Amino acid sequence: MVLGLGHLEATRMGTTLVAAFLASLVECVEALTVILAVGSVRGWRSALAGGAAALLVLAGTIAALGPLLTRIPLHGLTRIPLPMVQLVVGAMILLFGMRWLRKAILRAAGLIALHDEEASFVRTAEAIREAGASAAHHPKGAHGLDKFAFSAGFNITMLEGTEVVFIVIAFGAGGAGLLLPASLGAVAALLVVAALGFALHRPLARVPENTLKFLVGAVLSAFGTFWVGEGMGIAWQGRDLAILWLAAAYMGIALCLVPLCRAHPVTMEE
Amino acid sequence: MRWLKSIAREIYGLFVDDGSFAGAIVAWLVIFVTLQREAEGARWAGPALFAGLGAILIESVLRFARQRTK
Repeated sequence: MVLGLGHLEATRMGTTLVAAFLASLVECVEALTVILAVGSVRGWRSALAGGAAALLVLAGTIAALGPLLTRIPLHGLTRIPLPMVQLVVGAMILLFGMRWLRKAILRAAGLIALHDEEASFVRTAEAIREAGASAAHHPKGAHGLDKFAFSAGFNITMLEGTEVVFIVIAFGAGGAGLLLPASLGAVAALLVVAALGFALHRPLARVPENTLKFLVGAVLSAFGTFWVGEGMGIAWQGRDLAILWLAAAYMGIALCLVPLCRAHPVTMEE
Repeated sequence: MRWLKSIAREIYGLFVDDGSFAGAIVAWLVIFVTLQREAEGARWAGPALFAGLGAILIESVLRFARQRTK
């Protein structure tokens, strides 16, 4: 019985870590694409300094607010009952995951533009070059930093970083002791993407974003459905393992929808 | 302050892209909470919850595809 409970706990922690890792990976890839574009055009020092400054601000915010989070009685000890937390957090993750999955299907079917890293890199670099024509006349900051590159690096890291923090909080609120695996997943994603960026030192075109979003969308939708169900008092067959069949089922629907959407124009014209 | 607004916009955009799609999901969850109270502990509840969400995804994607081809 103890072994069974331990196994369930380990499964829950493992799935939380993987889900937080995958969700954070997408955000980190987006931030790194912009930093690489800015860095290659306006200089690495300023772009990386902007990114590092944003990470420091985020780390400071988390250090200040993090302990408060662990003191919030999420498990029905006092005011907020666990099912309510599961229902709200699950609904948010479900909305988040379903939105990604829907977009990934539409992209794969060619109905909306594929957000390709190579194209994103080229677009950002061109925009920066155009802006550079006027910004070139602007004086550099006190530490010889390029203000444009610093600001771009700071803003994108702050935006995507805030999303990662939100992802970690959402996954961490799913149960007791889940904040740590969720945080570890996010940190691992940051390290993986930083290593990738360092190794490639150019656009992350080799990371197929839409494939990643397909996978992440299905996994998050599965998590969301599971937690919403738990919050409603649904007794899932196989308990936490139900997340696996839910993810597979969402992926199955998505994969069936792609060719259906591709075929749609023909059907409509007929 | 501008980046705070951008962050707020980004966070909203995390959950809502197509309003009717997000609305349908929330509506299904509300309906299901009510149904679930009537039949607590039913074995079909989990698959039924998923089936509804899957149907919403299918309808939304196919509707978008149809609108695109009109």
